[in-house]
Amino acid sequence: MQEAHPLAETAARFIWWLPTLPLIGFLINGALALAATAKPGPADPSADHGHDQSTGPSHAASDSHAHGDDAHPPRHRFARAVSVVGPGVMVLAFGLALAIFAVMRGAEMHAPYINTLFSWMPVGDLQLDAALQLDQLSMVMVLVITGIGMLIHLFSIGYMQDDPGYARFFAYLNLFVFSMLLLVLGANMVVTFVGWEGVGLCSYLLIGFWFTEKANADAGKKAFVVNRIGDFGFMVAMFMLFANLGTLNYVDIAARAGQFAPGGALVTTICLFMLLGCFGKSAQIPLYTWLPDAMAGPTPVSALIHAATMVTAGVYLVARTSMLFSIAPVASLTVALVGAVTALFAATIGLKQWDIKKVLAYSTVSQLGYMFVGVGVGAYTAGVFHLVTHAFFKALLFLGSGSVIFAMHRAYHAIHNHSDDAQDMRNMGGMKRYMPVTWVVMWVATLAIAGIPPFAGFFSKDEILGQVFARAHGSTLASATYLGVSGATVLYAIWILALAAALLTAIYMTRMMLYTFHGPNRTGDGAQSHLAEAPWIMTGPLVVLAILSAFGGWLNLPETVTEMIPLGPTAVLEHWLEPVVGGATERIAAGSAHTAASTEQVLLGVAIAIAVAGIALAWTRLRPSSLVPKPLAEPSTGFQKVLENKWYVDEIYDVSVVKPVYATSRGVLWKFFDVGVIDTLFANGSAALARFLGWVGSQVQSGQLGTYAWLLVIGAVLVIRAFAQAGG
Amino acid sequence: MLAESLALSAALFTIGVVGVLVRRNAIIVFMCVELMLNAVNLSFVALARAHGTAGQVFAIFVMTVAAAEAAVGLAIIIAIFRHVRTVNLKNINLLRG
Amino acid sequence: MNEFYPLVYTFHFYLFGLVALAAAIVFVTRKSPVAAALWLVVVMTSLAALYVMLDAEFVAVIQVLVYAGAIMVVFLFIVMLLNLGTLSELGEIRGKWGRIAAALVGLALVAELAALSRAAYSLRVTVPARSGPEAIAETGGVIGSIAAPMFRDYLLAFELTSVLLLVAIIGSVVLARKRSEHDAG
Repeated sequence: MQEAHPLAETAARFIWWLPTLPLIGFLINGALALAATAKPGPADPSADHGHDQSTGPSHAASDSHAHGDDAHPPRHRFARAVSVVGPGVMVLAFGLALAIFAVMRGAEMHAPYINTLFSWMPVGDLQLDAALQLDQLSMVMVLVITGIGMLIHLFSIGYMQDDPGYARFFAYLNLFVFSMLLLVLGANMVVTFVGWEGVGLCSYLLIGFWFTEKANADAGKKAFVVNRIGDFGFMVAMFMLFANLGTLNYVDIAARAGQFAPGGALVTTICLFMLLGCFGKSAQIPLYTWLPDAMAGPTPVSALIHAATMVTAGVYLVARTSMLFSIAPVASLTVALVGAVTALFAATIGLKQWDIKKVLAYSTVSQLGYMFVGVGVGAYTAGVFHLVTHAFFKALLFLGSGSVIFAMHRAYHAIHNHSDDAQDMRNMGGMKRYMPVTWVVMWVATLAIAGIPPFAGFFSKDEILGQVFARAHGSTLASATYLGVSGATVLYAIWILALAAALLTAIYMTRMMLYTFHGPNRTGDGAQSHLAEAPWIMTGPLVVLAILSAFGGWLNLPETVTEMIPLGPTAVLEHWLEPVVGGATERIAAGSAHTAASTEQVLLGVAIAIAVAGIALAWTRLRPSSLVPKPLAEPSTGFQKVLENKWYVDEIYDVSVVKPVYATSRGVLWKFFDVGVIDTLFANGSAALARFLGWVGSQVQSGQLGTYAWLLVIGAVLVIRAFAQAGG
Repeated sequence: MLAESLALSAALFTIGVVGVLVRRNAIIVFMCVELMLNAVNLSFVALARAHGTAGQVFAIFVMTVAAAEAAVGLAIIIAIFRHVRTVNLKNINLLRG
Repeated sequence: MNEFYPLVYTFHFYLFGLVALAAAIVFVTRKSPVAAALWLVVVMTSLAALYVMLDAEFVAVIQVLVYAGAIMVVFLFIVMLLNLGTLSELGEIRGKWGRIAAALVGLALVAELAALSRAAYSLRVTVPARSGPEAIAETGGVIGSIAAPMFRDYLLAFELTSVLLLVAIIGSVVLARKRSEHDAG
């Protein structure tokens, strides 16, 4: 710990309370959940009651029949306590984060503030501390996690109110926030890894939250297994880093990164392995397939974990280790290229999804691709900026969709319709009449993600696109060679892919809005009358997020815009993150000519034009009135069918990876190795050997004294022989 | 005379061992054991001459133990003889479980 | 101590050594237990003579009194008590293969013991200052030189030996007692 650090005697010394608060929440809520399971009260929903719907907020249908009270199904025994503790710790954590942020703004800090809690693993050269690192980057992440997390916790009070697992849900959610804060605050890679695995665990637990439905449990397992592939890469990268640099502390890695030859094979390999981890956690090609399935979890989970925070951990890690990526151009180009391809690929799938949450899931994959493009081309600020704005508008989109699903569920529940899917957009339509608040905020988020100025997404997305274009005009990336192709060509390709993805984003988002909120209602005559706006505890967070989505762009206004229209201070976030990623950005951007102001204006124009064109295209070409519910719909054909089936990637993985692994497991590992080698040879073989030796021993025990005398003498002869040899 | 004593001790001990192995009369086997003990005593006494009188003390201890052993061993032989009417080791397998 | 004194000792040492060896071989080959016991008495008496040559007069006396006297008398007493002297099968010796095997084991044992005494221990034998007739005389005579270590250094072992003898007395009485009421055993 630095003695004279400007934050040493400020509120920042309480930083360890940030992860501790959600941990306390987890312990209390977990205890309440266990207590409720152990002693169900008279009004308690039975723990093993089946869920008639795979997803959705209200799962107490059968119970409410039993109690004859449709309007107020029984709540969790400790609902009141859980509602205070769960979101309460988040409010406290957010308050603390704001206090630390205020201190940081006033302080002149050039080195990160390290808060060492205790020495964790002092093993020879490996000196690991349980230490937290506070710098500008982790501060941004902490604010996003605690802020958005707090809003989503509040939303969950309403959304999950009827669920029998109410306490369990908040326990998991608190545990997730704890792990996520550990991830972003870790001062070395191992602490980060603990958080990394912790969020993976919570993701698994929450995807399979309604685990009585096999599909949900399977989705959780899929997410867990796919993430293991990535974690393997992360661990290999850690091992290689320690073997070569002798440290895992970010500060020391940054200090010793100069030992690597720039662009050398070693640092590139380390970065590529780390990327594998990032691609797993952040759902990029080829490890993205788990994220759409993860929508089986409750919608607040999708908003918090699978849109706003956890899936951005990969982006965060690339930015955190920017000192390595900036000297490995090939790895950086890989980041950007995979990000761009994923952005376009996921966007095409998003075009033809009917499940409202699946659309948003593929949209998330696509937007994560954008972030990777940003951090890949060395525009770390732009990547983190898009991370923040995306957290705003994607959390809003998910919570908004949750609000819609909530209403649909209540309506179906009211007329005892358990067959129709509350998440299928073909069953929605015209919701703006019933849910005006949700409708407005959803449009704000849609305009933000589509890139319409002045909403948040426009600035962050344009920042990334502009940086890609600028890098192509001269940088260490442009002058590098990537698989025989010049870096500049790759960067132009990335730029075009990203532009195409932006167009598709505008189209599929408009499509989702049209089908959900506009046109005639297709919910059904009976259910229609039961559609209603969500309670204030749910719409409140939506409105806050809508304001953030609308004005989030002010975090980092580009110079090009402020020159034309004086909106406010320029590039706030860039200056804020300068001490952390500034060096790495400069190293990558070395030799890049400043893009002319006119060019930048043209680029801005192109971006706006594409967004507007996408929305217009969808608005004019799509006819919500011609939609019919799923059972009546004609099966799609040709390319549409390919898109609807997600390019058959799951099927391809099934044939190429899952089936061979199964076959190997059954044929070789089970039938041959387990049954043959372990059971027959080792288990039964050793038993047979023991029995044989016992038989030999029993033959010796004849009861004949003479035989014993012989054995004794032979033994004595051998012992004396050993003595004689030792003495000689 | 030390080397000769030890050689004689080894020879007597081996004769005792061979007797234990070869004879089937329990009483003679017992006597062979006594012979082995005597051989060991010879070693003790011979070595006591070079290393101090502690060896003689041990020789006396061995004799005491031998006396106790003879008393108990012969009592056992009497008891077995009463039971099976023989002292031939071939016919005595009471130790069999 | 005269000049020829060691020579006399050496002569008698070899004489009684050969007698003991020969008597042992004869002992182990006798069929009759009574003859075997008497030959064993010869071995033990010869060993007593050897002890005298080895400056262990007290041990020699005890050897004659306890071993050749008491213990062997008990053996003969048992042989006669059980009337074993006349039973023909009792002298039986193992068959040919048993004897060959025993001879091989015996040879191996002799060779090993020879190697042991030569290699390991004879090298380390050093005659300490307190040895020989002079040393014995200094430390209080033949008996005193034994009594001193026995009742000082090995007092605990001595006491334990007395306990052992007590146990042996009680044990042999219990084992050899005639159980007339429930004789089945």
